[in-house]
Amino acid sequence: MELAGAFFYLFAATLVAAGFMVISSRNPVHAVLYLILAFFNSAGLFVLLGAEFLAMILVIVYVGAVAVLFLFVVMMLDIDFAELRAGFLKYLPFGATIGIILLIELILVLGTWVISPEISANATSPVPLAAEITNTEAIGLLLYTKYVYFFEASGIILLIAMVGAITLTLRHKEGVKRQNIAEQVARSPATSIEIKHVEPGAGI
Amino acid sequence: MTTLLAYVPIFPEAVLAIGAMALLMAGVFRGERTTVPLNWFAVGLFAVAAYLVIRQSGGPVSLFNGSFVVDAFTRFMKVLTLIGSAVAIIMSFGYMREVRLEKAEYPVLIVFATLGMLMMISANDLIALYLGLELQSLSLYVIAALRRDSMRSSEAGLKYFVLGALSSGMLLYGCSLIYGFTGSISFPAIAATVAQGNVALGLIFGLVFLMAGLAFKISAVPFHMWTPDVYEGAPTPVTAFFAAGPKIAAMALLIRVLLMAFPSIFPQWQQILVFISIASMTLGSFAAIGQRNIKRLMAYSSIGHMGFALIGLAAGTEQGVTGIILYLVIYLVMTLGTFACILSMRRSDGMVETIDDLAGLARHNLPMAFALMLLLFSLAGIPPLAGFFAKYFVFLAAIQAGLYPLAIIGVLSSAVAAFYYLWIIKLMFFDEPADRFEPMLGELKAVLIAAGIFVVGYLIIHAPLEAAAESAAKALFY
Repeated sequence: MELAGAFFYLFAATLVAAGFMVISSRNPVHAVLYLILAFFNSAGLFVLLGAEFLAMILVIVYVGAVAVLFLFVVMMLDIDFAELRAGFLKYLPFGATIGIILLIELILVLGTWVISPEISANATSPVPLAAEITNTEAIGLLLYTKYVYFFEASGIILLIAMVGAITLTLRHKEGVKRQNIAEQVARSPATSIEIKHVEPGAGI
Repeated sequence: MTTLLAYVPIFPEAVLAIGAMALLMAGVFRGERTTVPLNWFAVGLFAVAAYLVIRQSGGPVSLFNGSFVVDAFTRFMKVLTLIGSAVAIIMSFGYMREVRLEKAEYPVLIVFATLGMLMMISANDLIALYLGLELQSLSLYVIAALRRDSMRSSEAGLKYFVLGALSSGMLLYGCSLIYGFTGSISFPAIAATVAQGNVALGLIFGLVFLMAGLAFKISAVPFHMWTPDVYEGAPTPVTAFFAAGPKIAAMALLIRVLLMAFPSIFPQWQQILVFISIASMTLGSFAAIGQRNIKRLMAYSSIGHMGFALIGLAAGTEQGVTGIILYLVIYLVMTLGTFACILSMRRSDGMVETIDDLAGLARHNLPMAFALMLLLFSLAGIPPLAGFFAKYFVFLAAIQAGLYPLAIIGVLSSAVAAFYYLWIIKLMFFDEPADRFEPMLGELKAVLIAAGIFVVGYLIIHAPLEAAAESAAKALFY
């Protein structure tokens, strides 16, 4: 138990430090690398909570896909991050005030948190205990049976997001050379090679 | 087989979802050449879905652990929405040809948006509510910006998207507060918890945020800012679509949330509705006076009409809900008819959309001017046209619920609103004619004639319509 506690503080402290470095490091590539570190540490926190599946998904999806995409974008686009962050110090007191207010609110809310019995009765869930069933199985059971309607609806929403992005941005530019595989395969020596007889010493 | 039969209530939605994907595939492989057949296929999908909706009968059936509910109310609203979407697609043919906007994605997105509306109407818990709403809104954002080469269309889409995302955020925040303070997302369970008397302040906060999010979708004041710009910037058939289905679906959702999840704290949400209703009616009436663009005018007109419709919900009675349902039916017909006229404002050098272009229309095209006059009289609420009865029912419900100030302000602001409707009529009949319009297209003519007949003949057909609306409203008060 104490070991788990120690790991919790290790992960949490690294997470906060990495999060701070994401917004404060000068080099955008470093910022993305710190972001990846933050993702790994939150995955560690999930493992401590017994949510292995979420932890692995976080690593695969966020680190494997999203953060790597960020990294590519940051490396390819020439964004002047120093200029973007020019007002950072100026707005720091303002942001800090908001952060402190939020913190006080959280403490007030959590400090006086009382769950009435009716509410806890509403929120009880019929899912089998974690000891009897693996994480992945429990999520799958819920997602594909009880919540299948929501799952399908979310799928359609993502499809629309894709259709929308393509509709609004795809342009067929003139003069862009595209690969036409059928054309390449159908080439024969007769259509692509021209044989010239060159006289010695005369050139073409 | 029995398991499949259990899902009969969701067949209309399934038809739209699968049909939209089929449309998408057809659009991808056949390219832009087949837009007209694709559009007709979408209209066919709406017809099939409407048929399936009408075929369902009987009391409330719920599916997916109560997330999805079907009763007389959802059936009525779904048919209304499907009619709105189908007519909006039919009216778009001429315009899309005119501005070279024949895109295969247009029918696909309209079908997906309509699917979202049907899901909103049937939503019976907070997640279903949000998913339906987001499905609809996301499609609408894209449709608004569909005309990529037009600055105004892109601006409309962007504005709609940013403000819509903000309103979704408020809605979600409200939902999370409600969930936190009741421990459930399902409307009946929330109602049961609230009825036990533990109404925390946080719950009221959640309700307010939820209502703000929904008020944005029906463009009620003070969440209306996007409406005039989006209506003006979006391509005109898209504006007609915006004014029809989404309003009806969002209103149905608002009615269901308030009456199903929060019936026992009626006084809490009644005051919000009274405020929203008064603000929408007055702003809709006064702000429309200065407008020169007919699409902006219709935007303010729809803001005002949503205010009038909300009076029925503020009454909180079965009669009030019957009034809103009838109001929405009549509003849908009047709006689609008016947009059929706006879509016919076409000269040889393109579409025009200022009110001055209508000047002297009666000299060139008397039938169109006459039909538009009937629709405008009806929008203003002049008896014996349909618009009068729409207002009559909601005002009656308000008076019977004892909301005299609301009813009086409603009548006064409808008198103010009558000014600008009558002003257009004066312009059409008594002013020096502007240039002549191109002849009206067949499909627009059909929509206009149907709307005109409905508006004039409402007295003849009102009995079955009112019976249907009453049974729909009864489903919410069992």
